Amino acid sequence: MNQWTDILDVNDIPKLGARVVRHGSLDIAVFRTADDEVFALEDRCPHRGGPLSQGIVHGRRVACPMHGWNVELDSGCAVAPDQGCAREFPVRVEGGRVWLERAAVGLAAV
Amino acid sequence: MDMSTPVGRGPKMKLVMIGNGMAGVRTLEELLKLAPDLYDITVFGAEPHPNYNRILLSPVLAGEQTVDDIVLNPLDWYADHGITLHLGKKVVKIDRSAREVEAEDGTRAGYDRLLLATGSNPFILPVPGADLPGVISFRDIADVDAMIRASSQYRHAVVVGGGLLGLEAANGLMKRGMDVTVVHLAPWLMERQLDEPAARLLQQSLEEKGMRFLLQKQTAELMQGGSGRVAAVKFADGEIIPADLVVMAVGIRPNTELAESTGLHCKRGIVVNDTMQTFDPRIYSIGECAAHRGVAYGLVAPLFEQARVCANHLAHYGIGRYLGSVTSTKLKVTGIDLFSAGDFSGGEGSESILYSDPIGGVYKRLVIKDNKLVGGVMIGDTVDGAWYFSLLRDGKDVSELRDHLMFGQDHCGNLGHQGHNRATTMTDDMEVCGCNGVCKGDIVKAIREKGLFTLEDVRRHTKASASCGSCTGLVEQILAVTAGGDYSDAPKARSVCGCTDYTHEAVRAAIRQNRLLTIPQVMAFMEWRTPNGCASCRPALNYYLISTWPGEAEDDPQSRFINERAHANIQKDGSYSVIPRMWGGQTTPAELRRIADVAEKYAIPSVKVTGGQRIDLLGVKKDDLPKVWADLDMPSGHAYGKALRTVKTCVGSEWCRFGTQDSTQMGIDLEKVFFKMWAPHKVKLAVSGCPRNCAEVAIKDVGIIGVDSGWEIYVGGNGGIRTEVAQFLVKVKTADEVLEYTGAFLQLYREEARYLDRTVHYIERVGLDTVKKKILDDAEGRRALYERLLFALSVERDPWVERAREGKLKHEFETVAA
Repeated sequence: MNQWTDILDVNDIPKLGARVVRHGSLDIAVFRTADDEVFALEDRCPHRGGPLSQGIVHGRRVACPMHGWNVELDSGCAVAPDQGCAREFPVRVEGGRVWLERAAVGLAAV
Repeated sequence: MDMSTPVGRGPKMKLVMIGNGMAGVRTLEELLKLAPDLYDITVFGAEPHPNYNRILLSPVLAGEQTVDDIVLNPLDWYADHGITLHLGKKVVKIDRSAREVEAEDGTRAGYDRLLLATGSNPFILPVPGADLPGVISFRDIADVDAMIRASSQYRHAVVVGGGLLGLEAANGLMKRGMDVTVVHLAPWLMERQLDEPAARLLQQSLEEKGMRFLLQKQTAELMQGGSGRVAAVKFADGEIIPADLVVMAVGIRPNTELAESTGLHCKRGIVVNDTMQTFDPRIYSIGECAAHRGVAYGLVAPLFEQARVCANHLAHYGIGRYLGSVTSTKLKVTGIDLFSAGDFSGGEGSESILYSDPIGGVYKRLVIKDNKLVGGVMIGDTVDGAWYFSLLRDGKDVSELRDHLMFGQDHCGNLGHQGHNRATTMTDDMEVCGCNGVCKGDIVKAIREKGLFTLEDVRRHTKASASCGSCTGLVEQILAVTAGGDYSDAPKARSVCGCTDYTHEAVRAAIRQNRLLTIPQVMAFMEWRTPNGCASCRPALNYYLISTWPGEAEDDPQSRFINERAHANIQKDGSYSVIPRMWGGQTTPAELRRIADVAEKYAIPSVKVTGGQRIDLLGVKKDDLPKVWADLDMPSGHAYGKALRTVKTCVGSEWCRFGTQDSTQMGIDLEKVFFKMWAPHKVKLAVSGCPRNCAEVAIKDVGIIGVDSGWEIYVGGNGGIRTEVAQFLVKVKTADEVLEYTGAFLQLYREEARYLDRTVHYIERVGLDTVKKKILDDAEGRRALYERLLFALSVERDPWVERAREGKLKHEFETVAA
C-alpha cells in the first residue's frame, strides 16, 4: 500500500499558480489549474533547471520563467519541439487537502 | 445532402487527396495534429515519389543536393499515419454525385471530403517540334533526371524563358557542364520581378559564369535532328542555334483539368473561398491549383498558410480564414544575391530611392508611396531584404527612416553577431545567435533534418533569433539558402498570440468599449481558443485591463511574469535581485547604511551599482524578500517591471560649473510623479542639465535636456539591442510643462502601444507626427492625457510596502515543509 502525506490545503495554492514544497534539498512545485486539478513536479525545468513553480500556468502547462519552455503538468515533459522531462510526483486531492506519496518524496513510511 | 457526419462514432469519414505535393501533404500534417482519428485518408500522387521539396529541385539539378535530401515525407510517414498511398496513379475522373474518384488504372476511392492539390503544369509553347524527344519542362524529379542524363551525353542546352525557373534550370545545366543559352522574349530577364538596371546586373554576373543570353527572341520552331531528337531552335527572325536539350520554362498554369471536367468553377485556378472550399462544399482545394481572390500562389509560405486554414476546417474546428499573402522572390543561384518584393515598377505618386554601384555589382531600388515602402529590388547585396519585406508587408510609415532606409537595418548598430551580415560567407562554426549560442551549422542541420520552412519553425527548434531578434535577418538568409528562398508571410495584422486571431488593437478596443474588467471576461467576450490563455497573452491582457480601467480592473498576479509577481528580478539560480528606488539617483548616508546592514543581515552575496544610478542587491532568497524590503524601508525601484524604471540625472546647476538647469531636482520630480507607473514595456527617463548631456538622455524613452532658456524633450530613445537615438519632441519653459508634456507622452504610449513595444517601436509604428499632433497641437487633449495618467497613478500603491508591511499575497514568499 502506498503511503501518503498531507501537505497543504488546495486553497493555499493560487488558481493558475504553484507552491513550493521543500523536503531537505528537494523542491517540489505543486501546481493548481483553473479547474482545481493539482500536479506535482520537481521544481527544475528540464532545460536549464529554472524553477517551474515561478512560471505562468496555463491550461495544463507551465511556462518556465527562465527561457519560456512549456512543460506539461501531467507528465513533466517539455512541449515539442523542446525535449526533456521534469520528475513528476504522485499527488492526490482528498477533502480539499493535497497529499504526496511519502516514498516518492523521500519521506519514511509511518 | 447530409453534411454532418457524426464525429467519434461509427466508421470514420473518408478523405481523399488528389496530388501528393508540398501544399497537400502539409494540410494532412496539420489535420493529423488537430484530429488524428477523424478520417481514413487516401492519397493519389501522379509521380512515383513520396512528397518532396519541389523548391529544392534547382540545387539537385546543380548537383548541390540529392533527391534523397529533398524528400520531406518518406513512405514510412504515410504508413505510420495509416494513409493509403497510391503512387504513380493519376486520377482521371471525379464523380461528385457518387462521391468517388477514379485513377487511370481503374483504382477507385470514395470520399466524404475531397482535397484537390493538383498543383500546376508547365506551360509548353505551342510551336512545331514541342513534342520532340529532348524537349522537357522543369517541374518534377523526372525532368531533373532527364536533364542530368542529357548533360552527360550532349553539349548544347537551350532554356526557353528567362524567369526565375528558367535561370535556375540554366544555372544547373551549366554546372553540369553544358553550354547553355537562355532565350527570353522580354527585353530583360525576370521582368516581372526586376527592373532593367537590376536585370542587366544579373545578366552580367550570369554571363561571367558562362551563361549566354538571347533577349527579345521569339522561338518559332524546334527542329529535329537525324536521331529523331531535337537538334536546333529556330527563331522568328530566322536565326538558328544548336540545341540537344530544350527546357521550356516560360511559366506554369494551375492544373484545373480534373476540376473543370467535374464541373467545378475555375477561373485562373480552382476558385476557393477564404476557407479553401470550392463551389462544392465537400471539396477543398489548396496550393498552386487554387485561385484565392483571383490569385494562384506558387510560393511555400502562402501555401502553408492555406494548408493550416484548410486543415482547421477539415478538422471541424471551423476557425481561421486565409486572407491572401504578399510575396517576395529570391533567386537560388549560388553566388548571386537577388531579392525582389512588391510593386517595384513605380507609377503615379510613387518615388524611388536608388543605390547603384556597377563596379561592386550592387544595385538597390526602393519604391515608396504615401510614406510606405511598396516595393524593392536588390541585387548583389540582399542582407536587408527581410527587413524591407517586413516594412512592406506591415505597411509601416517609413518617413522617419527615409534618410537611412537605403543603408539598411544594421546602419544603427545592431549588436550580438560579431558584425556578420552575410550568411553565405559564414562557416558552420560561426555564431549566428549571440543570445542563445546558436551557430550557423546548428541551424542548417535543423532545417535539413527536421524539414523546417519558416522563421517560426527555426526559432522553435533552435532558439536562434528567438530572444532579442537582432539576428533575424541572418537566420532568414540561412533559411533561404538551405530550404529554398521563396518564403513569405501573410500580410495579416499580427494577432496577440496563438490563442486568438484578434490583434492587440482589437482587444484593447473591446476592453474599453465593453467595460471588460477581468481576464476571463475578455477571453469569453473575444472567444479565446484556449481555456486560460498562455504565457504570452495573459500578461498582455492584464496590462490592457489595468491601464484601461485603473482601480476597477482586477490586477491578476497569476497573469504577471514572475518578476512582476514577486516584485524582484529572478536570477539564473532562482534567487532574486532587489533594487530600491533612489529618487533621481540621489541617496543619503542613512539609506546607504540601511542597505549595508541589509546586505550583511541577509548574507546577500553581491552588491552592485547599476547603470541607472542605483544599487542592486543580488542573490536574495525569495523567502527573505518581504523582510529585506521592510528593513530597507525604501520605495520599490520597479527594476523588475514593465514600468517606470530609473530617472538618470546629472548633478546640474547646483554643483556643475556648466549646468544651466537643476537637472537633479527635475529628475526627482519626474520620478516622484511617475513612480508606480505600469507600461507596455520598461520606461527609462533621464535629465541632463546642459547639452553636454552627461545623463545620456539620447538613449532614453524620454530624455530631457536643460538649456539656458528652458528644457528640450526628446522621446523614443533606446540603448538596447539596437541603439536608437531619441527624437526631438518639443522645447518648453518650465518644470511644470516638462511634467505635463512627459506625462501626456507616457500616457499616450500606455494607451496606444502594443504590450512589449518600447516607446521607439510605438513611435515607429504611428509616426512621430501623430504623436506631435496629440501632444503639441491639442492642448486640451494633452492635459486630458496627463490627468488620466495622474488618476491611474493615484490608485497604485507601493508593492513593497503592501507586501512587507501588510502581508499581501503572503503565500508567494512562503515555502511549505514536507
